[in-house]
Amino acid sequence: MTRHTLSVLVENKPGVLARIAGLFSRRGFNIESLAVGPTEYPDVSRMTIVLAVDAIPLDQVRKQLDKLINVIKIVELEPEASVQRELLLVKVRADLATRSHVLETVQLFRAKVVDVAQDAVTIEATGTRDKLDALIRVLEPFGIRELVQSGMVAVGRGPRSITDRALRVERPA
Amino acid sequence: MPEQITGAQSLIRSLEHAGVDVIFGIPGGAILPAYDPLYDSPMRHILVRHEQGAGHAASGYAYVTGRVGVCMATSGPGATNLVTAIADAYMDSVPIVAVTGQVPRPAIGTDAFQEADISGITMPIVKHNYLVTNGDDIPRVIAEAFHIAGTGRPGPVLVDVPKDVLQAPAEFSWPASVDLRGYRPVLRPHNKQVREAAKMISQSRRPVLYVGGGILRARAAAELHQLAELTGIPVVTTLMARGAFPDSHRQHLGMPGMHGTVAAVTALQKSDLLITLGARFDDRVTGKLASFAPGAAVIHADIDPAEIGKNRVADIPIVGNAKEVVAELVSALRDLPKPDIEGWWRQIDKWRDTYPLGFTEPADGSLSPQYAIQRLGKIVGPEAIYVAGVGQHQMWAAQFISYEHPDTWVNSGGLGTMGYAVPAAMGAKVGRPDTTVWAIDGDGCFQMTNQELVTCAIEGIPIKVAIINNGSLGMVRQWQTLFYDARYSHTTLHSRRVPDFVRLAEALGGVGLRCESAADVDGTVEKAMSINDMPVVVDFVVHHDAMVWPMVAAGASNDDIKVARDTAPDFDYDMGEVTQ
Repeated sequence: MTRHTLSVLVENKPGVLARIAGLFSRRGFNIESLAVGPTEYPDVSRMTIVLAVDAIPLDQVRKQLDKLINVIKIVELEPEASVQRELLLVKVRADLATRSHVLETVQLFRAKVVDVAQDAVTIEATGTRDKLDALIRVLEPFGIRELVQSGMVAVGRGPRSITDRALRVERPA
Repeated sequence: MPEQITGAQSLIRSLEHAGVDVIFGIPGGAILPAYDPLYDSPMRHILVRHEQGAGHAASGYAYVTGRVGVCMATSGPGATNLVTAIADAYMDSVPIVAVTGQVPRPAIGTDAFQEADISGITMPIVKHNYLVTNGDDIPRVIAEAFHIAGTGRPGPVLVDVPKDVLQAPAEFSWPASVDLRGYRPVLRPHNKQVREAAKMISQSRRPVLYVGGGILRARAAAELHQLAELTGIPVVTTLMARGAFPDSHRQHLGMPGMHGTVAAVTALQKSDLLITLGARFDDRVTGKLASFAPGAAVIHADIDPAEIGKNRVADIPIVGNAKEVVAELVSALRDLPKPDIEGWWRQIDKWRDTYPLGFTEPADGSLSPQYAIQRLGKIVGPEAIYVAGVGQHQMWAAQFISYEHPDTWVNSGGLGTMGYAVPAAMGAKVGRPDTTVWAIDGDGCFQMTNQELVTCAIEGIPIKVAIINNGSLGMVRQWQTLFYDARYSHTTLHSRRVPDFVRLAEALGGVGLRCESAADVDGTVEKAMSINDMPVVVDFVVHHDAMVWPMVAAGASNDDIKVARDTAPDFDYDMGEVTQ
């Protein structure tokens, strides 16, 4: 099983997320992460779906997704040809004794502190899954009070846009 | 200038614009505004007795006409009663549009009276669905719904309309065309794939045309006939494709699968090339997938790309409408040598001659169900439409009636919905009023949906029903006999005592006849055929231990087909001449 990242352009309509989530669950496909957000077109949303599957189920996933009327386009983003990022917010214990060590770690990972309290700091970090995992490992000994992480978003490298062709065709005028 | 009318008027007018001539439905609170303009509409509304019946009737109508069937129900229980019929249509790719009322928009999500999230509930079993939140969208949504249901791989579409949207003023303007950027079914097959397939066919030695329901949905029976005759290749028709190729044709080996003929099942198993047309390698056809047709290359043509490679890897995938695919295959094959399949045919003929379909008469002299069904088919003939429920009677109807024309066999294949026959027969008869329509039903099935006979009686829909009454849930009983040590846990219905189907038929507004012996079969069927102004029910009281054979046990390999209990075909021939 390998990890695949699919970028899915969908119509920005109610129920689309439910359709996609429902499809994954009833066909037995496991989602590792899913992120949804707007695009440069107000009527189009973009989902980034990360899943661990073999080649043949992946083909099924794509074809089944494509059958959903609200799905406009599906592109697989290869890790080496795309920028892939997740966002992490983590609240770490940091008293007088450990605070400087925690801040050093923040520096090393090019993360930043977004909130400070008496005995804790909240750190924001973006990066690949691997980088964030590494950061969490380093912070763990200090004591993680709370952790929240976004799904992955990804965009292909280079000048081309996946929305370009998919959507321009629709507007012949 | 778009016209200002109510949402309800817009809905009814949209259905008229979509070409609807008949709606099967039941009104209720939330859909009530739509029923007011419907009262004045030229569209015929058939008031069914249960919403499930409306759904199956829409499906039966669609099956035999090729047009989109329509059913209508109110919110909550009205809508949830449609669910089985929608799931059924989804599994068998039947184009229907279901219109449901919904509680008013401000009440949605409050657990209001008769509220059910029907678009959420049906999401996994529809091709698409809509919750209309703006009355101005109604014409576009209805146009899209019919477009989606009827094109590409057909299927059910549900349109849920809140009551206040029906009541509020709305703009009406029927869209000139439908354009959905996320829905562009591929109809024309790829030229190169077709040429490759033709080459492969031409060079094959043991090819089989594995024909599924897609041929019927694409109305491609004529093209299939051409392809078969041009190449001389044997044909098998799945349960969903009975009638796509004439049973009387020399090249037809019958139905493959769990209860298929030995010739059809074995030909697939020993084939070197499956030419798969609108079929989907369902588990009921393949048996244990890993050992299905192990030596065969696969050409797989389907309009739904997701079917290709889903269960069996395709060597040559062809995405397209079956009518165009087969027509193009025919023209590509005209320039190529015909496959050399004489040895293959000798082999197949041996299987066919040695293991024809058959049955043994019950030792106690009671009526055999197979005999009753076979005689019925002979007397009624191939011009009629036969609609089955689900179970033993369905398999016998698929095996022992000869189908010569497309769309003369209607059944619930994928979902296996008991109770399908009576309402679907009603829909079929409405769609083709000049054709004799026989429901072949079981006594278990009949007791699930027989109330639609009332609808038939009142609405002037004279269907005929043959109840194959073995007093039990026969197919389940058969499995108990074979796999559960004959422990008949809760499969005995006692329906030879209660209900009295003859009197029930009369109470429901039809004619009831009973037949208990082989000697009476012809006379009873002829009597039923002579009554054409009201529904007729024939209670065929049959032996309760009859079993469906041949059989491949669930999960077993097709190599392990049994022609009778503990009896495997004896393939003591030399495969040498064809395996070279």
